[in-house]
Amino acid sequence: MASIAAAPADTFPKLLIRNADLYGTRPAMRQKDLGIWQTWTWSQVADIVRAYAVGLNRLGLKRGETIAIIGANRPKLYWSVMASQMLGAVPVPVYADAVADELAFVLAHAEVRFAAVEDQEQIDKIQSVIERLPKLEEMVYDETRGLRDYDHSHLHPIDDIIAEGRKALGGDPAVGAWLDAEIAAGKGSDPSIILYTSGTTGASKGVMLTCERSIKAVTDTVKFDKLNEHDVALAYLPLAWVGDHYLNYAQGLVAGFCMACPENADTAMADLREIGPSFYFAPPRTLEVLLTRVMIRMEDAGFLMRTMFHYFIGVARRYGEPILNGQPVPLTGRLLYWIGNILVYGPLKNTLGFSRVRVAYTAGEAVGPDLFTFYRSIGLNLKQLYGQTEAFLYVTAQPDGEIYSDTVGPAIPNVDIRIAEDGEVQFKSPGMFSGYFKDDAKTAEVMTPDGFVKTGDAGYFDEKTGHLKIIDRSKDVGKLNDGALFPPKYIENKLKFYPNIREVVAYGDKRDYAAVMINIDLTAVGSWAERNNVVYGSYQELAGHPLVYDMIAKHVAEVNRSLAQDKVMASSQIKRFLILHKELDADDGELTRTQKVRRGFIADRYGTLVKALYDGSKEADISTEVTFEDGRKGTISARVKIRDMKTEPAAGTIGKAA
Amino acid sequence: MRAPSGPDVAVGDVLLSVENVSLSFGGVKAVSDVSFDIRKGEIRAIIGPNGAGKTSMLNIINGFYQPQQGRINFKGETRSKMRPHDAAYGGIARTFQNVALFRGMTVLDNIMAGRTLKMHKNFFWQLLRFGPALTEEVEHRHRVEQIIDFLKIQEIRRTPVGRLPYGLQKRVELGRALATEPDLLLLDEPMAGMNIEEKEDMSRFVLDVNDHYGTTIALIEHDMGVVMDLSDRVVVLDHGIKIADGTPDEIKTDRGVIDAYLGVAH
Repeated sequence: MASIAAAPADTFPKLLIRNADLYGTRPAMRQKDLGIWQTWTWSQVADIVRAYAVGLNRLGLKRGETIAIIGANRPKLYWSVMASQMLGAVPVPVYADAVADELAFVLAHAEVRFAAVEDQEQIDKIQSVIERLPKLEEMVYDETRGLRDYDHSHLHPIDDIIAEGRKALGGDPAVGAWLDAEIAAGKGSDPSIILYTSGTTGASKGVMLTCERSIKAVTDTVKFDKLNEHDVALAYLPLAWVGDHYLNYAQGLVAGFCMACPENADTAMADLREIGPSFYFAPPRTLEVLLTRVMIRMEDAGFLMRTMFHYFIGVARRYGEPILNGQPVPLTGRLLYWIGNILVYGPLKNTLGFSRVRVAYTAGEAVGPDLFTFYRSIGLNLKQLYGQTEAFLYVTAQPDGEIYSDTVGPAIPNVDIRIAEDGEVQFKSPGMFSGYFKDDAKTAEVMTPDGFVKTGDAGYFDEKTGHLKIIDRSKDVGKLNDGALFPPKYIENKLKFYPNIREVVAYGDKRDYAAVMINIDLTAVGSWAERNNVVYGSYQELAGHPLVYDMIAKHVAEVNRSLAQDKVMASSQIKRFLILHKELDADDGELTRTQKVRRGFIADRYGTLVKALYDGSKEADISTEVTFEDGRKGTISARVKIRDMKTEPAAGTIGKAA
Repeated sequence: MRAPSGPDVAVGDVLLSVENVSLSFGGVKAVSDVSFDIRKGEIRAIIGPNGAGKTSMLNIINGFYQPQQGRINFKGETRSKMRPHDAAYGGIARTFQNVALFRGMTVLDNIMAGRTLKMHKNFFWQLLRFGPALTEEVEHRHRVEQIIDFLKIQEIRRTPVGRLPYGLQKRVELGRALATEPDLLLLDEPMAGMNIEEKEDMSRFVLDVNDHYGTTIALIEHDMGVVMDLSDRVVVLDHGIKIADGTPDEIKTDRGVIDAYLGVAH
């Protein structure tokens, strides 16, 4: 083994052997089983994976073949990835919640002969589409429950495979030597894994990554965030997602840190608290859910507790971020924050499982400034990154001390980014993919002749910070008539961060200025109306109320101010807005089932309103057909008012804006 | 893949039989002259209209009621009545029509309570939590964790039972009964008040218990679909009298049973 460790590790199996040598007695993996955290050290994992690899080889898995990995975050499935990589085979992880049809597509496309699955549920799913998978021969599984009566001629418990491999290794030293040779035969240019994209933008594509590139990319970010063998991460996001494979599996192997697997998906929050990770990733949605849960529980707390909580959260809002960023803060502020940390922030972070988090990331969608600031103010080092499966995750990330809620940071070391003519972000990175599996046409589509990858996202570099800002999918970005960039989703998101606003539809492409149609949030605005003695009889009446218009106008003015800060966005300030008389609804086809606005459809349906937004009229009549929940149809007609807004001069022209 | 054909545990000798048992409360005859048996490894359903004497029958079996006449044979031993502690030590566990858990205690503690009978160290040893008593507790906790894993309730391990929805409480109650490692498990309407999905889950667990632990199960249930799918044999009571006994298919076509449920023209 030592001889392998001496050579530079350019494949993951070589890294595993290196870790067993370097950090042999340190924990590599943990999983909670029967209520108790079980630990495997690096040398134990290396032993198990070696035995597993031999077992899989006896079953027929050979170099260059693919093997599907389906299930939740469990050590045995991660070992399946390692063991197949050890043999030079290519693992193909599949989302555990994929429906049988998607599963069949990926397994057939990847031409797998083998599958390592979690349990009966996945086996049943595969069996239901087995006639579409003529190549599939053998399946190995982790959880034996419920499988006793199944035909076991092509089904094998992973434990048996490992035991068989161990027997073979123990019985014949030649087997061990053969395996060492197999590991040594692995080259950096070999494919290391195929990750299928989730397919939200068309059919799912298999992104091929190679060993050496993956390890290079990971080495950069491990250095960037100063990760080492003493760190701990909780692997709770889907195994088949590039984020989990990168952040936990690959970084774990490169840095030698410990990856903990939750007991099951429902216990992840409790497990997070018990494990106390030092590296943490959560999508904005998860952070939002956590915050809501905290707020609700605080509302139920006693008067004293509640008062204390709100007082010190106020202190944190004022001083928390500057302290975290290392900026100067008055002594009283530091003192108050110190007390708050003992009374509120410390216990709160402990409850959430954040006590030991050194580096936390969020990514995937726009994160609200309030949400972002809340976590940072209580002392969680939350940062943003931007990435893609094609890049093997990272393209940009925010370095410590340079954190803004609306940027995704500068390019990670060794990554080149450029903005194309049409505003599309393109990158070239050490970890970038080698191509889509069996799809050269698609590969050619996203690669530029000089070797950059097109992301399909529109963005620009912020002048003040030098950070990249992602504004929208590039196909959705339009242009105003004066030629300025118009990203509808960016504007919509900015407005949607206000709790009073539920949906926004922004127009401006090929028009003179930007204008928006707004849906108020009935719960938030309704409770505001109650507190302010605003009487209303229906949604329509509330939406048209002058005081509601005033309130929304304030929000729009704030958004305009923030847009004006930014030279690129300044011309996209909102000139006119209206509040829709009915809620946008998926039943009427105005939203997709995943609650995204269908801009084009809405423009047709509310044509008269869109026209009125641009012809200067003060109000417009509209009548629309609506579908009730029981399927009956009716019409709603209304006279909708349109409000003009003042726009701010762009930041550059008046110097520094307040 | 697996046909829901019922358990494949070898159904063998008679585990428990009641012979000519009668029970009355004053002038009300709850059970009169009923005989049937429960064989090792089977799922035995007891059905009948309201007030047929089903729960009374379970209460007789686990010794809560003592019949005025008749004999009960359990594991080869014949007696005129069961006593609750005989039943419990003999390996009979049950769940109740109305959930009977310690509402303020956590799921873990509730199931742990089911292990009480298996604890050998006395109260003072257990207070000490030291040496052999600690070893014993760890062993019991391990068993309890296996049950928690089996019933897939890890995420509520530390939740007080009173805060749980009804369907989960039923599952916890089943867990406590399992913790006694019973030979015979009596389930009194395990699916009452559940929605279809919860019923399916519970049916799966009942089958799994029978399959995995080889536990003999006697259950009272009103949902005929569930009864016909789960059970190997069914006994039908009406007004305290046994009117039919046989496989689900035989019961479905039995004239007496149909009359008892639908009523007869007089």
